[in-house]
Amino acid sequence: MSTFETFAKCTGVIVALALQTGLTMAADAPHFGQPISPADAAAWDISVGPDGAGLPPGSGTPAQGAVVYAEKCAACHGDKGEGKTNARLVGGQITGDGPVVKTVGSYWPYATTLFDFTRRAMPWTAPKSLTNDEVYAVTAHILRLNGIIGDNDVIDAKTLPQVKMPNRDGFIPLFPGKH
Amino acid sequence: MTKSRHRKGADSVERVAGNGLVDRRALLSQGAALAGAMSVGAVGATTAAAAEPLANNPWSLAPGIPIPPYGQPSRFEDKTVRTLTNPKLEPRGSAARTPHHLLNGTITPNGLHFVIARGGFPDIDPDKHKLLIHGRVKQPMTFTVEALLRYPMVSRVTFVECGGNSAPLYAKEPIQANVQALHGLVSCAEWTGVRLSTLFDEVGIDPEAKWFAAEGADAPTMHRSIPVSKAMDDAMIALYQNGERINPSNGYPMRLLLPGYEGNMNVKWLRRIKIVDGPIMAQNETMAYTILLPSGKAWQFFYPQEVKSFISHPSPGMTLKGPGFYEISGLSWSGNGRISKVEVSADGGKSWALAALQAPVLSKALTRFRMPWNWDGSPAVLLSRATDEAGNVQPSRAAFAAERGPPRGTPAVTAFPMEHCNVISSWGVTAKGEVTNVYV
Repeated sequence: MSTFETFAKCTGVIVALALQTGLTMAADAPHFGQPISPADAAAWDISVGPDGAGLPPGSGTPAQGAVVYAEKCAACHGDKGEGKTNARLVGGQITGDGPVVKTVGSYWPYATTLFDFTRRAMPWTAPKSLTNDEVYAVTAHILRLNGIIGDNDVIDAKTLPQVKMPNRDGFIPLFPGKH
Repeated sequence: MTKSRHRKGADSVERVAGNGLVDRRALLSQGAALAGAMSVGAVGATTAAAAEPLANNPWSLAPGIPIPPYGQPSRFEDKTVRTLTNPKLEPRGSAARTPHHLLNGTITPNGLHFVIARGGFPDIDPDKHKLLIHGRVKQPMTFTVEALLRYPMVSRVTFVECGGNSAPLYAKEPIQANVQALHGLVSCAEWTGVRLSTLFDEVGIDPEAKWFAAEGADAPTMHRSIPVSKAMDDAMIALYQNGERINPSNGYPMRLLLPGYEGNMNVKWLRRIKIVDGPIMAQNETMAYTILLPSGKAWQFFYPQEVKSFISHPSPGMTLKGPGFYEISGLSWSGNGRISKVEVSADGGKSWALAALQAPVLSKALTRFRMPWNWDGSPAVLLSRATDEAGNVQPSRAAFAAERGPPRGTPAVTAFPMEHCNVISSWGVTAKGEVTNVYV
């Protein structure tokens, strides 16, 4: 008897038993997932929570970030984050009669999002190429350009989630609730 | 079945609303009623010129072309394509819009399904792709594509709609563009795959967990936070799109499918799901896909795409060829369930008539509506207004603006001045038959 025939026969017996005993379909579900350890999953595990959960070791200052920014970011976002071919990062406003300009300073509620987005998606042409120190530093530089932190503030896993963003309380969650 | 209706004859065809709208049942009762609809029209019932004598064309006189392994549309349909905002892949996002004015029925062909991508589409080798599920689970696991293809599957027809679809309808002045530009970020397909709840059971998800983060394998590694309740309801890891493996630009080899939810959450090229403590506040759920209100506060986590419809035939950019019979038809859908009715007006909303809904009417799927119209050649304004089974009614622009605030300007048609915009579309028809986008 081939392996497949054995498998088919056994499966048949199990299905028959399941039907007889009224087991749910879930009991018959295949189990083809391969267990993996957190250590082996680490290279993909780049999630960062608003509380700082998942932030990696490393640190950076606005001055260090300015160097990285000039080389890797300014071409699309402007020398001072004023926007160019891509999004403006600095200044702007979301109220009043003028045009709405959503930026890190005017709109983003969490500084952790800036680190997370930069690390996973930027620079556009070579995402995930920056070191964690470089990402912390660029984050610090953009926060400084927005006047949210000081010239000498160090941004790391501990200080980043403590940064109070100007629009932190600007959101009304519709879930759970209205929807 | 339709005998009694046929017997009623032409006189029984009702004018159901102003400006030439004819009882939708005229569509169902075949020729007699339609002929009646024509003859009772003010201008209808013109006798067509006699046809030319018939002759054989070359393709009827010689063998044709070898059947190709993968069939393409007729070369005469080369205008039926998506419009692209970033064809050379400059360093920014890309949008490809569905040409609804050139399609009929409800299923979008895979090559015409809309796409929004932040960094082109990845050329994924399925043998090297894996889905990781980890976080608050008993046993973190990876699933290969080959493994997922062995699971029990489900199929469902459902739309996917970008949260920014129809945003141009919110502009201060009506933007003159066709429905591809105005409403082209919604499409509908039959998706087949594995229930997400099956995989959550296998890894042993923490029963207290409320949120998971889903992430793609594309260059920007796009990700979103999603309620676990959606996973346990009707979420799917989709592997097939309209019967074939998912199109590369729509997530090959697998995407997350969250029927009815904002398109951006239906993460394409899915490679990782992490069960997390709460929303991770991704860029696409804070900076983007939030709705700023006049108060300065913004709605966040606006998930279902709310009830909407638009008329695709006729629609802006088309020209009617003289008075007479036309079928008004269009698409309706709701992320909250089935469409229960679509009303059509030809007089700018003064009077409305019920359109016929093309069966099957499926939950969270595009639903085609049809309405016979005898155009008398005078100016008209065509509207459609959908209602879903939960009782939600598509709002007028005025009602919508009262809640969201007045539009601040008229940006380019590709801009997104307002997300989750489901206002009633109004198409003006001039005496010359030209169809334009108008506000009523």
